[in-house]
Amino acid sequence: MAKKTTDHQNNDIVFEAKSLKINAIRDDGSELPIVKGVDFHVRRGEVVALIGESGSGKTTISLASLGYCKPGLTFAGGEALFMGQDVSKMTTDELRPIRGEKVAYLAQSAAATFNPSIRINEQVTEAPILHNTKTKAEADKKALELYHALELPDPEHIGNRYPHQVSGGQLQRLMAAMALCGDPDLLVLDEPTTALDVTTQIEVLKAFKTVIKQQGAAAIYVTHDLAVVAQIADHIVVLYNGEVKEAGPTDVLINSPQHPYTKRLMEAIRPLPEAGQGEESDDTHKRDIPALEVNQIDAGYGKIVNGMPTSLILKDVNVSIKRGKTVGIIGESGCGKSTLARVFAGLLPPANGDILLDGNPLAPSLKQRSREELRKIQFVYQMADTALNPRQRIGDIVGRPLEFYHGLSGKEKTQRVHELLEMVELPSQFAERYPHELSGGQKQRINLARALASDPEVVLCDEVTSALDTIVGANVIELLKRLRRELGVSFVFISHDLSTVASFADEIVVLYAGRVAEQGPTDQVLSPPYHPYTRLLISSVPEPRVGWLEDMTKTKEAISGISGAVDINARGCPFYKRCPHAITGTCDTTPPPRQIDKNNHIIECHLDIKDLL
Amino acid sequence: MSKSKSKNKLTQEHFVAPYDDSVSFDELPDAPPRSKFRFSFTGWLGLIIVCFWVTVAITGPFIAPYGENDLPFPDAYSEFQVPQPGAWLGTDVTDRDILSRLIYGAGRTIGIAFLATTLAYIIGVILGIGAAISNPKVDMVISRINDAILSLPTIMLGLVVVAAIGSSIPVLICTAGVIYASVVFRLARALGQEIMVMDFVEAARVRGEGLWWVITKEIWPNAAMPLMTDFGLRLIYVILFVSSLSFLGLGVQPPQADWGSMVRENLGALQYGTSIIPVIAPAIAIATLTVGINLIVDDVSAYSGGKLSKRL
Repeated sequence: MAKKTTDHQNNDIVFEAKSLKINAIRDDGSELPIVKGVDFHVRRGEVVALIGESGSGKTTISLASLGYCKPGLTFAGGEALFMGQDVSKMTTDELRPIRGEKVAYLAQSAAATFNPSIRINEQVTEAPILHNTKTKAEADKKALELYHALELPDPEHIGNRYPHQVSGGQLQRLMAAMALCGDPDLLVLDEPTTALDVTTQIEVLKAFKTVIKQQGAAAIYVTHDLAVVAQIADHIVVLYNGEVKEAGPTDVLINSPQHPYTKRLMEAIRPLPEAGQGEESDDTHKRDIPALEVNQIDAGYGKIVNGMPTSLILKDVNVSIKRGKTVGIIGESGCGKSTLARVFAGLLPPANGDILLDGNPLAPSLKQRSREELRKIQFVYQMADTALNPRQRIGDIVGRPLEFYHGLSGKEKTQRVHELLEMVELPSQFAERYPHELSGGQKQRINLARALASDPEVVLCDEVTSALDTIVGANVIELLKRLRRELGVSFVFISHDLSTVASFADEIVVLYAGRVAEQGPTDQVLSPPYHPYTRLLISSVPEPRVGWLEDMTKTKEAISGISGAVDINARGCPFYKRCPHAITGTCDTTPPPRQIDKNNHIIECHLDIKDLL
Repeated sequence: MSKSKSKNKLTQEHFVAPYDDSVSFDELPDAPPRSKFRFSFTGWLGLIIVCFWVTVAITGPFIAPYGENDLPFPDAYSEFQVPQPGAWLGTDVTDRDILSRLIYGAGRTIGIAFLATTLAYIIGVILGIGAAISNPKVDMVISRINDAILSLPTIMLGLVVVAAIGSSIPVLICTAGVIYASVVFRLARALGQEIMVMDFVEAARVRGEGLWWVITKEIWPNAAMPLMTDFGLRLIYVILFVSSLSFLGLGVQPPQADWGSMVRENLGALQYGTSIIPVIAPAIAIATLTVGINLIVDDVSAYSGGKLSKRL
């Protein structure tokens, strides 16, 4: 590509990979290619996205721009040219002036990047002062300028705070300030919004986009999310297994992908949450009595004072899970979704309210429940990595519930383990393996197989697809749908991703600050009338469309709701501060009334249902 | 790659790699398969040294040229004789053969240290994991008592105990075992707590598993590896502790040989002797054994990783 461009354009190129190869060194000294000859370049003021699944080599390539290889990897050929210099062949001493000064790296987790015991401003300005490119006064001035550009609240004083005193989204933006403070030529962003809520993601994306344009830096943006890339990148490079599969300008790639792999990535993006697309499960397994029901649950952590825990998380929650149906629970992080699952599982006995299993009262605490009751409710964890004991073989992990609940052993047990593995679409040889020999998606399937081994009535899925790649996650959802159809198991599906829930759940519960904002059949929740919070959530799901971010941030929901923080201890409506329709004097003092529409559609709001259309 | 490169030039901005519709894009492996455990060069060196001393310790009475307290040259008594045929490392302060005493001492030093460390592990691990899984009040009581023991200087504590009860090998083993159990307790408790909060332990509890299963099947297999690593290191400390006590005259009592007491007995050789071997030989034995164990531990801990999250 570079050969055809004019000299002027050549000078513009900040970073260029020329048939870059990186190998992993095996135990016996032989080398395994990880990056197999990759070409791309980044011009000044341009954002290039490297997109691919885990294992595609995207992070490895982005780190090569710093002349860095992770331990166990080595540069095996080609060039990594930063401003014309090949950083892949430089020594650490030669690289020192480049790293942190001319190239800045933004890791995924801001919380892990900041030192919790040093004030934010000191950390933001550290690099340029250390590299002697700026005096303390200059660095402070630059930082202040960036705080303004990143639209941080109270920019004059935010630098004096400690990292735990700002929100997750703000910390993520402060990390951008840290990276940009030394006026780098190249910014490397590694999945900077992946761990964030959709609403927070918008706030961060918008700030990143503005500030990159303003500073005129070039950027490499690493992600697995095409919808996010469509908002921020000028150019996209699609990677699979260390090779470039397709590369081109964002609008071309998004609107007319050519390579089958790019097409698959596009297909795996779940459709926007709209009424009518949720797969209504049939009534084959229906019974009159709900499988699991909770009534007027209050639950929280800490000391119990006057019958209420000091830190109350859930307030007056009612959920009823019918047999063979799926209830989706949705909300931002900290809204109490996982706490609700822990109440179901008996890990957190509620302060008030009762739990019914098949219409019979269920003891609030795990220890008082019978083995048969425990069998009927199974839990599937978010992080497949930590949910499987690394020292047990898959056969033992899946086999233990069979032994424990059904008394199976020997051949019968092995037979059933193989059936279960088949059920989750894995070969039966996997029974002999250890968890670390499996990929993320496979581990999550094992997790599911373990839950199904006990023949449960209700399976609690806590963010089961959040840690997986788009395509892998979509496959797991397909598997869940099949199991629901065949086995008649009820699911409680907890997620912060509305589009996943919309495609899978029969009923949705929208939680906000531990209270039910809206609840009802999926089609009802995803069509007007909306609770203002539901409307914000729906409009925050990124669309794979160039220009969506700009359109979205102009809506009144976004203007009032995007950057607000959740107020758990609010006296009135907890959503008051972020609501575009808030009525001062009512919403901030009185808890909202529960309004029930036709079809059991519940909205908790001071506004009349008719006004929420 | 040459193919796609040519295409790259053709399409200028929009590049599409050549593809074959029949190829499916499977999920890529999450991480490279974990490597097998291998000893490095220094690890092998450590293993050879430790194996050598262990063999010497076990076969001691059979390979030693003389008895522990026999004189190689009963007719020509003279302290601190230089190395010569018949006494390859010379003789000590009472004209006994250094080599033979070193060989007998190996069994005693390593044996005492091994038994004491094992005792420390039995006490420390049971109490440590017990504290990690029991309720906060019980944990508090055990931990504070343990902190009190930890705060006492080990040698001083050992001196007081031995001085009060009198020195014998069982007393030495028990004293060292109890003192070092407090260190093991801290480690076992920390590991237990770290593993207790993992999702797979919670999954076992939600399943309704009893405490015994949780401890033996979920916690122990994950705690065993780091504890083994620490066992090696702790063994070194106990060897040094026992040798120090012996050096101070409160450990292994004469005429029994032990590396620490050999150094003390023969201190005079530095001033009056014709050779320094009587002091240097047991000192070198202590040094090589501890360094050897350290080299093995280095390899094992590099493999198993420093943190639980890395080992998972």
